[in-house]
Amino acid sequence: MISLTVNGKKYQVDAAPDSKLLWVLREQLGLTGAKFGCGIGMCGACTVLVDGKARRSCITPVSAVKGKKVVTIEGLPENHPLKVAWIAEQVPQCGYCQPGQMMQAAGLLNEHPKPTESEIDSAMSGCLCRCGTYQRVKSAINRAAGKGKKP
Amino acid sequence: MSPKMSRREFLQHALAGTGIAVAVTMTPLGYRVFSAADAAAGEFVPSVWLTIAPNETVTVMVAKSEMGQGVSTSLPMLVADELEANWGSVRFVFAPADDKFRDPVWGTQATGGSTSIRHLYEPLRLAGAAAREMLIAAAAREWKVPAEECLAANGVVRHKRKLKSFSFGQLTSMVAGIAPPAKPKLKTPQEFRLIGKEIPRLDVPEKVSGAAIFGMDVKVPGMLVAAVAHPPLIGAHPASYSSAAALKIKGVRQIIKLPKGVAVCADSLPAARGGVDVLKIKWEGGDPKLDNASLDARFAKALNESGIKAKETGDPATAFNAAAKKLEATFSLPYLAHATMEPMNCTAHITAERCEVWAPTQNQTGVKAMAEKISGLPADKVLVNTTYLGGGFGRRFETDVVEEALLLAKATGKPVKVIWAREDDFRNDFYRPMNLSRVAASLDSQGKITGWQHKVVCPSIFARVFPDTMKNGVDQAAVEGVANLDYDVPNLSVNYVRIDTPVPVGFWRSVGSSHNAFVVETMMDELAYLAGVDPVEFRLSHLGGNPNAYAVVKTASMRAGWGKPLPSGKGRGFAFHRSFDTNVAMVAEVAVDRKSGRVKVSRVVCAVDCGPVVNPEIVRSQIEGAVCFGLSAALKERVEIAAGGVVSGNFSNYDLLRMNEAPRIEVHLVKGQDKPGGIGEPGVPPIAPAVANAVFAAIGARFRELPLSPKAILKALKKT
Ligand code: FES
Ligand code: FES
Repeated sequence: MISLTVNGKKYQVDAAPDSKLLWVLREQLGLTGAKFGCGIGMCGACTVLVDGKARRSCITPVSAVKGKKVVTIEGLPENHPLKVAWIAEQVPQCGYCQPGQMMQAAGLLNEHPKPTESEIDSAMSGCLCRCGTYQRVKSAINRAAGKGKKP
Repeated sequence: MSPKMSRREFLQHALAGTGIAVAVTMTPLGYRVFSAADAAAGEFVPSVWLTIAPNETVTVMVAKSEMGQGVSTSLPMLVADELEANWGSVRFVFAPADDKFRDPVWGTQATGGSTSIRHLYEPLRLAGAAAREMLIAAAAREWKVPAEECLAANGVVRHKRKLKSFSFGQLTSMVAGIAPPAKPKLKTPQEFRLIGKEIPRLDVPEKVSGAAIFGMDVKVPGMLVAAVAHPPLIGAHPASYSSAAALKIKGVRQIIKLPKGVAVCADSLPAARGGVDVLKIKWEGGDPKLDNASLDARFAKALNESGIKAKETGDPATAFNAAAKKLEATFSLPYLAHATMEPMNCTAHITAERCEVWAPTQNQTGVKAMAEKISGLPADKVLVNTTYLGGGFGRRFETDVVEEALLLAKATGKPVKVIWAREDDFRNDFYRPMNLSRVAASLDSQGKITGWQHKVVCPSIFARVFPDTMKNGVDQAAVEGVANLDYDVPNLSVNYVRIDTPVPVGFWRSVGSSHNAFVVETMMDELAYLAGVDPVEFRLSHLGGNPNAYAVVKTASMRAGWGKPLPSGKGRGFAFHRSFDTNVAMVAEVAVDRKSGRVKVSRVVCAVDCGPVVNPEIVRSQIEGAVCFGLSAALKERVEIAAGGVVSGNFSNYDLLRMNEAPRIEVHLVKGQDKPGGIGEPGVPPIAPAVANAVFAAIGARFRELPLSPKAILKALKKT
């Protein structure tokens, strides 16, 4: 049994220590917001916050988050500036990559509340979007950071 | 419909005992509206397309798959506008696979070819208008006044002069016995309240909250999760394997052989994947000699065949021989993967009485047929639910993963969700076909094209998917965008050489135009330089008979500041292409780094004429997305094949466009044609040639192959 704190709730899960956090979240906790895209840390679809930092849950062993605070898209409040901005900018197309994009952006804003263009690029370039919503992701981050509507 | 009713219950209600085939069907006289089955208690179901509940909720059935292109908003807008619904009360559900929801033009329930708005623009408006007239008739009957004295607006029917009104919800209890009108009157565009407006998307809130259910997220009680070992070589199949080690893994339940692989069914995906790793499969079949080089050689050889005539006007060969200025060029484009962000997956459950499928699919009719075949159950015992699709781009028209899920559901008797690893997804795709083209074109002394001979060597998608559409052996998709060339060319011939290779091919966003536009628009650029004419002027001078295309070319070039000087190392490139009934022109601005060979596209200006626009914000986002999709292929993508199998397996060796490589994109909508055009695909074809032409403007090197990888750029720079 491993104890976890996800979105402010404590859980006990029956999982091997090297089980990847993504599948514990999705299959055992029923939190399907974090998505599977590649399994090797190269697409960002599975991104969650671990103690406020953006982490790829597909390669994070569940043992590594023991005693840490995990936040998934479901745990980001509805009125969080990023969620509000994502709706205002009408970012999602298919939507599959978007939970990862938002959690990566949340990690970015924790580190840089007013990120520069290049800080946005370097933080976000690990999150693939096959639908090509990058321009809107950028606008939404700027909007959430209070940096005006369009970049 | 009670607010607590689940989606499933709603579907059962809406469809209970429906004896009438199609709500809006195409007849030789145009579209006709039929009434739906008897409404469930309290609801008004004027046709299969919508339901109005006593609590005012208007639920629109969306019979197209939502894969990002916005149909779950734009299609309800069509219904709601004519209905005069209050938009805040409008909801949507995805239609189950059913004959009633077949596309009225295609006769099949599927999503593709950028047809959703084109095929449903009139039928869905008619469904809304018919319901509106029925509600008005009900109110008029209640008030004992002529219907002409009543008016519907914003979810309410009121009398034009007297202070009387009923909400749509109230009217649901008064509409019994009102027959659907034979010819509902459609609004004029001036009367539209929703169509043409930037209405926020209905699917966005749940995609932002994380609640949206994709195929990957389906959960059925008692469900097993399956991973499948697929053959390492194209066309191979399992000869033998050993279950023992896999069955020892905690959570692994069953190992099942499939025609093209071996599946491990388990309680969790990690357990299933662990099982797949230890199956010790021996494969047989496939051709270990298959690789990119051998394919290149086969295509090159096929280029010497004359092929089948797909188009011939005038005598381009004579024009070519007589011309003073001429150009002959060969273009080669690689196999490409779809790489939807959501890997292929499907969930199925088969019992003695029932078969249910949950699939992120573009092809409901195909899935249902497959489910009937494998379950052996009749159509009315098979339910196909379409989830959100984490990208489609044509890949989810195929039903291969659906077949796997159904076979496993049948073998286990349990609900089974099959989840492909990214590697399965890359290596078992139906790829955008590789193709090789040769063009020979000639110019007169005025800089006008006199002749154009075009040959396309390309595997056929249609021969497998829709063999009936093969005309005289020509795959129309392989020659689209050339056989219907938009430029004024007096002498044109297009020949098609079909080449069959073991590499499976399928529809990839914009299909034949994805390669033919590159060939035509690069050629146009080269011809412009040969003629000594500005590339935009050159195109305009060949679009005289096409005012809509002319306007789009003009708009893009003006908005982009075409002709204004740029710093050295930078260049602007132009391309125009019409596909799926929509004209798109693009100007790309690029910078080439001579040291690294990296092409950075900084800005793309697009002009788009897709006729009447349902939702401009969705149109713009589709074009933005298409630019990134096409640019990804132009700069980075190529499927690597070696030793008989696909090497490209994950984003580590088949990377996609990332945010730091994405350009600033401007989309300008042009009002031209009066019929709606498609929007999901037409933004893809022009971007690759616009970028290649811009690279030429920047560094003076021509590219007749893609991708424009740093390696290719550096090689070309060495030569210049
Ligand atoms: S699924 Fe974790 S980075 Fe792709
Ligand atoms: S919105 Fe579809 S992958 Fe990003």
